[in-house]
Amino acid sequence: MAEKKTESMNLVQEIFLYFLAGIRRTLLRFKKRKKIKEILTVYYMEAKSARISGRKVAWITSGGPVEPLIAMDVIPVYPENHGAMIGASKMGTDLCETSESMGYSTDLCSYARSDIACATVNGGPIGGLPRPDMLVCCNNICGTVLKWYEVQARYFNVPLFIFDTPFCHTGFSEEVRRYVRRQLDEYVLFLEEACGKKMDHERLSNVGKLSLEAQRLWQAVLDTTVNRPAPMSAFDAFYHLALIVTLRETREAVDYYSRLLERMNDRVARGIGAIPDEKHRLLWDNIPIWHRTRWLSEKFASHNACLVADTYTSAWCGSMKYIDENNFFDSMAEAYTRIYLNIGVDEMARMVLAMVDKYNVDGIVMHSNRSCKPYSLGQYDIAKIVEKERGIPSLIIEADMVDERSFSESQVATRIDAFMEMIKAMRQ
Amino acid sequence: MTRLEEFYEILKDPAAYGRKLKGEGRRKIVGYFCSYTPEEIIYAAGAHHFRLFGTGEAVHLADAHFQAYCCSLVRGALEGALAGHLGFLDGAVFPHTCDSIQRLSDVWRMNVKGPFHLDVVLPVKLDTDSAKAYMSDVLHKFRSDLESRLNITIGKEAMQDAIRVFNRIRGYLGRLYEIKAEHPGTISGSDLHTIIKASMIMSRDRLLEILPDIVTDLEKKKGQGDKPSGKRLVMTGGICNHPDIYRIIEEAGGVVVGDDFCTGSRYFEGITEIKDDPVAAIAERYMIRPPCPAKHAGLFTRAGHLVDIVREKRAQGVVFFFLKFCDPHAFDYPYLKASLDREEIPSIMVEVEDQLPSEGQLRTRFETFIEML
Repeated sequence: MAEKKTESMNLVQEIFLYFLAGIRRTLLRFKKRKKIKEILTVYYMEAKSARISGRKVAWITSGGPVEPLIAMDVIPVYPENHGAMIGASKMGTDLCETSESMGYSTDLCSYARSDIACATVNGGPIGGLPRPDMLVCCNNICGTVLKWYEVQARYFNVPLFIFDTPFCHTGFSEEVRRYVRRQLDEYVLFLEEACGKKMDHERLSNVGKLSLEAQRLWQAVLDTTVNRPAPMSAFDAFYHLALIVTLRETREAVDYYSRLLERMNDRVARGIGAIPDEKHRLLWDNIPIWHRTRWLSEKFASHNACLVADTYTSAWCGSMKYIDENNFFDSMAEAYTRIYLNIGVDEMARMVLAMVDKYNVDGIVMHSNRSCKPYSLGQYDIAKIVEKERGIPSLIIEADMVDERSFSESQVATRIDAFMEMIKAMRQ
Repeated sequence: MTRLEEFYEILKDPAAYGRKLKGEGRRKIVGYFCSYTPEEIIYAAGAHHFRLFGTGEAVHLADAHFQAYCCSLVRGALEGALAGHLGFLDGAVFPHTCDSIQRLSDVWRMNVKGPFHLDVVLPVKLDTDSAKAYMSDVLHKFRSDLESRLNITIGKEAMQDAIRVFNRIRGYLGRLYEIKAEHPGTISGSDLHTIIKASMIMSRDRLLEILPDIVTDLEKKKGQGDKPSGKRLVMTGGICNHPDIYRIIEEAGGVVVGDDFCTGSRYFEGITEIKDDPVAAIAERYMIRPPCPAKHAGLFTRAGHLVDIVREKRAQGVVFFFLKFCDPHAFDYPYLKASLDREEIPSIMVEVEDQLPSEGQLRTRFETFIEML
């Protein structure tokens, strides 16, 4: 009885959300300068009222192949983006503790822990994610997502598609290409079954073009920071990133990044920097410490240091070179397999060196992230390579992207101060 | 030296044994990390595969490469290599499993000088046709990579012979487990553990010489003067590097009658069929063998398997024995525990790093748990 009551209350709420989303979307259409928050609000409202609009919801990993979902009218929802929101709103510690009471070890990924906990209590900054109709897990970012999605597939009792992208230690082999390409067909079959309709390949190809366009624009936005002073910082990129993760294959994202690019170019033309007096340029490595982005940004700015680029936000366009615009579907196999985290540490180091040169940085700030082993294990070697090849020092900050308990503000502050003193001394 | 002492001797200083084998010069020595390493192919290539565990020593050199939140197996293995203890290796093989082993392979390739380094990037899924085809492709590639590294050709006959050798070894190891489950007093837990673990290091030809005798001896001994052994337990986890744990459990009134460890039953379960394409046959075994949690073989497979072991071995409780920072196992724990709870099978969880927690503390926990059964 009680369950029935909650259910009908949910339904009323969803109908309300559905209409509200419709109104907000119409209003947004006429708005010239759309804010990212407004776009995301409409997106989450639509996702949370998908039952009313008759659309399906798929949870998908951040590096997963989302274009086929869009072509099938499925709303993609990103638990990792949700994890970032939880971290940024400083709700991570509570949710992580809840997951620990469910038996999950404190050593596990805090995105996974907070999401797993959130699903059971509908907590967090947006009252939980909409219930999924299916799960799509691509392991190109880590093996953790496999375990996390298994947990959620059992919890929600919905079908799980695993898109297995073998790790590329030293290259991309033909048998990997065959395997991943075959899985693209399996993925389409999975979606056709889940949605009860056929895939429209022409639409998929158009979605692919939009996705590629958004990725190009995003890279162009990031490239504006080659200028001195940089018109934006990595902390700004962490904010603007949301659309390339959640809505990269939409006209909205393309429009948003076109305008953002104009704005950044305008700042460059007028010599406006992200921080008032840019003297030192730094590169950020790893996922942001979501609960301390503002603090870190201010801390570095107080040393006239700007984090002009990062390895994280560029990961969403790092494998563009493998995409064939005229054969998007087939080329997805390679593009989704050879992303930044799915390659060897030495290749990652080469990419970091290229960024060091491109953005002309004086030092690297590495977030050694307890939650993310594929990103963090190997950082020490990358730091050594950069030091050796370019004579550039690195600072390693021990923390966690969501769980605040692994962060000691005073200790990190002291280390940043010492690091900046060294950078300043080196410049003299 | 008794046969049992030979196993203990090997585990006491695996590197010394490795150097000794190397000195004999009969086979090239290939280090490997996990039970998904295609041993048959290495053996058929005329090489000896030598499983690497953490060194158990304090980690210093590996600290310059891996953070403290990386598991002690990975840190310890790298430490051993950087300290030069593994100079006898002619090569190393890294099957893809978890995020940490994946990065260990990279860091090893970049920092440890050795004649060759091979990655075997197996599929993560084990339950689809395309994954099966890929598994077979990857193993075929491994075979040809090994051929070119060792400058030899591995014929079909040699492969089939190797498969026979390993089927026999696995058969004997499996029989030891059965004897233990039937008459737990016949062999102590640490002796059994030592045999299994050493068998991943020891010359396989020598192993096949002594395993049959050990089994025959135990068959004779079993049931004689069976004293009431303790409460029957099953252990589950990744690798177990701690023979002492069996003694502590036995002293606390328990006895381990089965496990789901990769240094235990996952290593030897499943027979490889003798087929026209021997490599594909090895791939098939991997697809159906009880899986490591870093692989996906269905949403409930591991729980089903664990409950089956408990039933089959008539166990009264389960010991989860985890290596700290092992993500795949930690993720499966709540669901495995819930599955056991539903079947009213009590369980206890012990998390260890390179060293066991204090013995007194462990003993008290086990005593409390075992009394409750």
